[in-house]
Parts: sequence; structure tokens; C-alpha cells
Amino acid sequence: MRIVVLVKHVPDATADRTFDPADNTTDRAGVDGLLCELDEYAIEEALKLAEDRDADVTVLTMGPEQASDALRKALQMGAHDGVHLLDSALHGSDAPATSLVIARALERIGSYDLVLTGMASTDGGMSVVPAMLAERLGLPHIGFVGELSLADGTVRGRRDGDSASETIEAALPAVVSVTDQINEPRYPSFKGIMAAKKKPVETWSLADLGVEPAQVGLSAAWSAVESFTERPARGQGEVVTDDGDAGRRLADFLAQRKFV
Amino acid sequence: MSFELSADHEVFRKVVRDFAEAEIAPHAARWDREHHFPVDVVQAMGELGLFGIVAPEEYGGAAGDFTSLCVAIEEIGRVDQSMGITLEAAVGLGIAPLMTFGSAEQKERWLPDLVAGRALAGFGLTEPEAGSDAGATRTRARLEGGHWVIDGAKAFITNSGSSITSLVAVTARTGETTDGRPELSAILVPAGTPGFTVEPAYDKLGWHASDTHGLTFEGCRVPEDHLLGQRGAGFRQFLATLDDGRIAISALAVGLAQACLEQASAYAKERVAFGRPIGANQGVAFQVADLQVMVDAARLLTYKAAWLKDEGRSPAAVKQAAAVAKLYSTEAAVSATRVATQVFGGYGFMEEYPVARFYRDAKILEIGEGTSEIQRLVIARGLGLPVE
Repeated sequence: MRIVVLVKHVPDATADRTFDPADNTTDRAGVDGLLCELDEYAIEEALKLAEDRDADVTVLTMGPEQASDALRKALQMGAHDGVHLLDSALHGSDAPATSLVIARALERIGSYDLVLTGMASTDGGMSVVPAMLAERLGLPHIGFVGELSLADGTVRGRRDGDSASETIEAALPAVVSVTDQINEPRYPSFKGIMAAKKKPVETWSLADLGVEPAQVGLSAAWSAVESFTERPARGQGEVVTDDGDAGRRLADFLAQRKFV
Repeated sequence: MSFELSADHEVFRKVVRDFAEAEIAPHAARWDREHHFPVDVVQAMGELGLFGIVAPEEYGGAAGDFTSLCVAIEEIGRVDQSMGITLEAAVGLGIAPLMTFGSAEQKERWLPDLVAGRALAGFGLTEPEAGSDAGATRTRARLEGGHWVIDGAKAFITNSGSSITSLVAVTARTGETTDGRPELSAILVPAGTPGFTVEPAYDKLGWHASDTHGLTFEGCRVPEDHLLGQRGAGFRQFLATLDDGRIAISALAVGLAQACLEQASAYAKERVAFGRPIGANQGVAFQVADLQVMVDAARLLTYKAAWLKDEGRSPAAVKQAAAVAKLYSTEAAVSATRVATQVFGGYGFMEEYPVARFYRDAKILEIGEGTSEIQRLVIARGLGLPVE
């Protein structure tokens, strides 16, 4: 059995993130990058599933050179091998193009039973790639799963809504995205870090996947960022000095903003 | 020539730092206040592989280098000295003697759980009246019907009384040498052996979340094969493991000094007095600058000593470098906590800020695993001085 986990190398969400003024794409050079934290839940779930049965976990990422760091972290956590989709023509690719390239990569991997992803990337945050990918591959898709199990060629996932929880079953292979409620991701162990150095990572270009450069990248994107402005600096706030009516003024302040 | 750790070491440092900041730092003040030894966190450190970094693979270890262990101790010590010493003692005093001197059976029985962090072992050398003067050991063990019968008391033994402590190695007089001096041997005593009493935890100045007890032995019987290493070699065996421990304690001190540098530096930039940050005053800024010098010097000495060990340099060179590093780093750590609390002013005296805990935790570093005086003695002797 093979489980493929899709991971993304994203700018550190705790740093000052910005856009590259040259083409209004995410600035990936000026900020430290890391494995998207939401993807760690998908890796953990895959590792747990693999521990219970004879399964290999392949991690797959699309991104520039430094995206291999995200693969490395997943390998340190315990994934078995990695695939890096790397091509300069991919810069600026939108979600439809990303799903196209990943779909081709999964076809090239060939034998897989389950594709796991996080619930969103912490940079783009669109949460659409898993569904687009399933559509392109003609596979069932269950999104935002908080609990997952495998049995007899099927995957069963529970997703929790505001008013109800649904349990959905799908035939394998399937594409499933998991939430940050599903588990507690492990830290890489010292041994895991040492072992990861010897684990295989393949790098595939667009030519390897049979994708034309014109189908991807910024020029093929269905949407484009026209402009961006920096978030205004936070103001000083309003200081309420108590002249006997501070309670009323605080209540008014909250009411004006519809907090009460 | 390079003054940097390898990329692998830095990757590992990042993982340990993430772990320490998420799983230890938020709780360290409470554990300290409640004198709570967090067994679950010790076991989580075990899952991270911290207890098995240098242990052989056949016992579940990673056969990694000593430098990596120092990185782990430094990073855990940066947020919590109690958990830092728990790791240091578990490896340096618990695992190392077994690994170096244990028989195949002893290793197979005890090491897997210790290496995985599922269990802890203590090393009982110090006695109420035998610290630096380990030769003054009074605890006795006599052979009787295929068993060692142990009588005596040990003091200040780390990791000796936790709920996951599996054994304590104790040094005891097992006779006299031909020249009339005490014959010292080390004997493994499993936790729970009748006649082995773990006294209530000490009321310490610092390291409140670390597990430290006095131990009493009254007619405590263990099978003869529980002797660790050679009979009569207890003292020599102990000395052989000391140098590594000194480098590790030095790393623990580096973590503490680093924490003081970070906290004092941040506070000096943000705390305003007389209309400007207190770091605008040379009196404050220069003290923080001195912290940087101490941290850099301590770190370089520590990792140089670890490097000498990993490179397999001569025992004499490692011994000297270990003593130099331990002496400087621990004294720097004590100075650093004094400076940091001073920079924090009145708040430095409040348990609300970690620097107050650091201040209490620092002092023992100059005492444990060889006092500063003993380090100076070792260094002076290493220089060939005829010092007594």
C-alpha cells in the first residue's frame, strides 16, 4: 500500500510576509520558509496509518529549490521517500495549474491508494487543490476530515460541521484532506533526522510529467494579483479615563462594533 | 577550520528548540513552583530520542555524536534547567556507566528502557560526608551467600526516586586494597529492592522540577552479578565517566547563559525609564554586551571540548578541555543570571519572570559534577603544577 501526502513549503506565518513587487506573487526569498504546519497533520495521519499496516508514505511537493526542506522535514518525521516537482516555469502557478501538475505526478507514481493533504496552505489558504486534483484524476474526495480509518479498500472520514458531523465513506484510491483536529503531529526524532539523510528524493520537471510550460505559471493563471498595499500600522487605540461613566463608554464602544 | 556546528546539528537544534518551547517552556514556572517532576515530558523527550543520541543502535540508540547530545542539553536547558539536568544526568550518570562497564546481560536488561526514556537510572556516588572526596565513601557492601549486602547512605542523587526510576548504581566499600586503602566497587540496585529506601525529595534552592533524593541502604541484598564492572574499580570507573559529564554540564550552563542574554536584551529594549528604553543607558547596555561575550566564550569552550571527544583526541586533552569548559561556562552562567536579574530590576526578583528561576537554578552548576575548585585543581594538575 502507498499513501501519498501532498506538502507545501510556505513562508513562516509568524514572520512579516509580503509580495514580490516584481510580479505580485508571494515573496518566498525574503522570509524563512517551512513545511506548512497544517500539512504536518496529514503526514502524521499517513504515518499512523502506515504503522498499522504494511504501507509506504511518499511525500510530494511542488515548489522552488528550497521546497525540498519541506520534504526533508516530512522524511525526518518518518515518511519513506519524496518527490519534488521543480521547474522554473512553475513560478506563479495558480490552483488549477498546481492541481494539473500534481495530477500528472500522481499518474507517474502510478500505484497509490490514498492521497492525504492538509486542510489549507498557510500562505494561499484556498483549500481547493485537493478537490481539483480529485476531479482531474476522477477520484472520490473527502474534505476537512477530523477522524479517518481505512478498511477493505475504502476510506471512511468524519467531518465535523457546526450543527452536525457526517461520516463519509469512499472507495480507494481517494483524495482526503485532514483538519488540525485529527491528531497531534510528532516531532522528528534524532534517529529520524539521521535516517532522513539517506532517504530517496526524486526531482521531476515539467518535461518529465509531459506538461507544457504554457499550461502553468503566472501567465496561465486564471486570476492575478493586480496590486497590494501594506496593512496599515496598528493605531494607538482609545484610552478611556474613568470619570464615573467609563462602564457605559466601554459598553458603547463594544456595541458600536456589534460585539454586544 | 570551522567555528560552526554542522547543518545536521543545526537541524536537530531547531527540532529540540521547537519541542522545548512548545512542550516545556509554557509549564516550567508551574513545575518549579509545585516541585513537580513531569514524567510525561521526560517520556516525550525519550520519543524525541534525546536519551539515546550516543547509545549504540543495538540498545535502541542512534549512535550519534556527543556534540548532538550537548546541543540537546543546551536547548532544553535554555528553557528549563530542571529538565536539562534530568536529561544530562540520565545519560551521563545513568546510561553512560552501564554502557561503558556493564556486562552484556546488564546492558540487555536495563539499557533499552533507559535509552528510550521509559526509565531513568541514578548514580549514587555522593554521600552526606563524601562529595569531592569520593574516597571517603562509607557505604559498605559485603558478599554473603551469593548476594551483596549493602549498608549506608547516599546524598543528592538525581533521577533516583522518580516513578520511572528503574535502578541506581551505588559505589560502596567492598574491602581494602593491599596497601590499606578502601576498595570501592559499583553495584546496581534495582528500584524497589527491599532495604533500599528513597528518602523524600530535597528542598532545594533551584532545580525544583528535577528529581533529587537521599538514599538509604539497610541490609539491602542484590545478587552478586549486580556488580558493575570490576570489583575494586568503582572509583576509577567513576572518574572515567566524569569528563563527559563536565562537558554536558557546560552545555547546560551555555543554555542558561543564552536564555539570560535573550531575555535581558529583549527587556532592555522594551522597558522604558526616564522616557527611553533602559538599554539606552550604557550602564545597562554594557552589561548586556558582556553577556554576549560570556555566552560566546562559554559556547566555544563547550563545543571545542565536545569536538575533541568526538574526534577521539587523547583522554588528557579531553579532560583538560572539559574542566576548562565546565569551570568557565558555569561561572559565566551564574554571572549571567546576576546580570539578567539586575537588568529586570524589581521584576527580576519576581517569580513572574523566568530570570528569577534562572537565578536560583544557576548556583548548583558551579557545584555539581565537580565543583569549580575541583575544576581548577584538574586544570592546574593538567598544567603540571605540583598542586595538592
